[in-house]
Amino acid sequence: MDAVTQIKSRTAVLATRDIDTDQIIPARYLTTTSREGLGEYLFHDLRIDSTGNEVGEFVLNRPESKGCGILVAGHNFGCGSSREHAPWALLDYGIRAVISTEIADIFRNNSLKNGLIPIVVDEPTHRYLLQNPGMDLTIDIAKATFKLPDGKIISFPIDGFARYCLVEGIDQLGYLRKHLDTIESFEKARSWMP
Amino acid sequence: MAVATTLFEKVWSEHVVVEETADTPAVLYVDLHLIHEVTTPQAFALLQQQGLHVRRPDLTLATMDHSTPTTPVTSFKDLAVVGASAANQIEQMEKNCAAFGIDLLGFDSAQRGIVHVIGPELGATQPGKTIVCGDSHTSTHGAFGALAFGIGTTEVGHVLATQCLLQRKPKTLAIDISGTLGNGVSAKDLILAIIGEIGVDGGTGHVIEYRGPAISAMGMDERMTVCNMSIEAGARAGMIAPDETTIDYLRGRPRAPQGTDWDAAVSRWALLQSDIEAQFDKTVTIDAGHLRPMVTFGTNPGMVVGVDENVPAANGDPSFRKALDYMQIEAGKPIAATGVDVVFVGSCTNSRLSDLVQAAAILRGRRVADGVRMLVVPGSQQIKKEAEELGLDQVFLAAGAEWRESGCSMCLGMNGDTVAKGMLSVSTSNRNFEGRQGIGARTVLASPMTAAASAIAGHVADPRPYLR
Repeated sequence: MDAVTQIKSRTAVLATRDIDTDQIIPARYLTTTSREGLGEYLFHDLRIDSTGNEVGEFVLNRPESKGCGILVAGHNFGCGSSREHAPWALLDYGIRAVISTEIADIFRNNSLKNGLIPIVVDEPTHRYLLQNPGMDLTIDIAKATFKLPDGKIISFPIDGFARYCLVEGIDQLGYLRKHLDTIESFEKARSWMP
Repeated sequence: MAVATTLFEKVWSEHVVVEETADTPAVLYVDLHLIHEVTTPQAFALLQQQGLHVRRPDLTLATMDHSTPTTPVTSFKDLAVVGASAANQIEQMEKNCAAFGIDLLGFDSAQRGIVHVIGPELGATQPGKTIVCGDSHTSTHGAFGALAFGIGTTEVGHVLATQCLLQRKPKTLAIDISGTLGNGVSAKDLILAIIGEIGVDGGTGHVIEYRGPAISAMGMDERMTVCNMSIEAGARAGMIAPDETTIDYLRGRPRAPQGTDWDAAVSRWALLQSDIEAQFDKTVTIDAGHLRPMVTFGTNPGMVVGVDENVPAANGDPSFRKALDYMQIEAGKPIAATGVDVVFVGSCTNSRLSDLVQAAAILRGRRVADGVRMLVVPGSQQIKKEAEELGLDQVFLAAGAEWRESGCSMCLGMNGDTVAKGMLSVSTSNRNFEGRQGIGARTVLASPMTAAASAIAGHVADPRPYLR
């Protein structure tokens, strides 16, 4: 994975709560064997109508949302399935960070492993971001903060190891494989075998 | 004296290869890795790129379920996969398993089925194991006292290559369920009520342990239904301590321990209980005695109501209004008035033999209402066979329902089994998300009994008047 240290972009707001992974990318697009090109299917049934045209009022189709790399979403974003196609689709579309008051566990894990930054903020900050779409934010991954246009700095929680891997571009599989000897010893020392 | 620990902590600590620190997550050992065609191709591709092998193919159990057809066939050679992309995915799964030395329970296997149905059925799912799969409903296996959770495809690659995962220890949530479920009220109604109570994010960051007399009284099929939907409350996993019911279920299954190994395993499993003094991060109490059959009215599994109750009144929340608009369901009106187009009995939540028995008991000698399509999809080929031995297929067919081959089918509509736009489906599956069963499909989640009653009535119906 390439290192991710800073994201400077504008926000787009999708205020609905409990946006699930089926809305992020419908199951019928999961028959792919690739992780590439899934942006085409991002929010497909919200973004594209039955005749194949863009739904004008959907936030990502509005002219002011073009090029927005930060999605401010309603509470509990990414609930539902474990499909990693969800962060793959967001990243391929150009979304590099998601901000909400809650982000579902598996989606958050999958995001961090692909360089999509899940950011959980408190309710007042969330409300402010929801009410002010199109805001230019600078996210500093190493410091786990983002800066509002007025200069105010907001910190957000992020797992220290995930942050280290993001900032240094560390491959987690490579890290895990360094423990192979320990894994083998663990297997030999077990009192029962699965 | 040793510190009192929960069931989760006992299983977790036994699988820690490297302890977590402030800076690094734990390296956690995986005893059983379940894989299917949808969430593995990109992981196998990564292994190929890096020249890695699958470290423990013997701890990897593979099947195909999501994009597989369920149309009835006399020979598996006749199974026609819907769509070139799905066909390619299935072919890729066969190639990957062959190339990496993994046994695949494929089209020609009598042991094929939904991954969360066959793991327990084969006895591969056992108390005290860590079990993962690239599928969020892996929580199902927690019904046996295993620690089982869904992972993404990157993590599938980690497990294939190392048999381990990097994990932070989750928190614990105890759900104590007192009382006894009434007639016509099932495990599905209980878990829907729980999600309604704690919310679709009520379990986020937690592993749930379900306990109490209502759980002890349940068979394994019902316990699996409860644990299956833990993820719909946002939880990482759901667990139930093993007991005699668990042991009776596993005895003699093909992949369960045999002989002296069995005796040793049973002794070990007896220790898998939360200590009386064990502390949970959160505790919730539910009285099963007051529950009625539950159905969903909105677009997430937390939007539930008793089948004989009114949909809640509008509350000004735009997400609530959006959900009801999508569902074309009116706030404040009885849910039972809702007309039904499709009924689906199946999925890893409710496709086991007891689910089919319950649905058939209501359908026996009755007819699916005119204009309603009912699909019954057993969870595995083995369940299909057992159901046919009991004559359940004949009950379903005589009632006018379709009897299918096993698979995930209409739960998520990846295989061509979909609900058409605007149609209302009463479904025994786990997710009523917008478009889950097909573009514009409207889903009401329910138990197999409520689904069968609704098929007969042609509208969402309370199963209790149909009980005999």
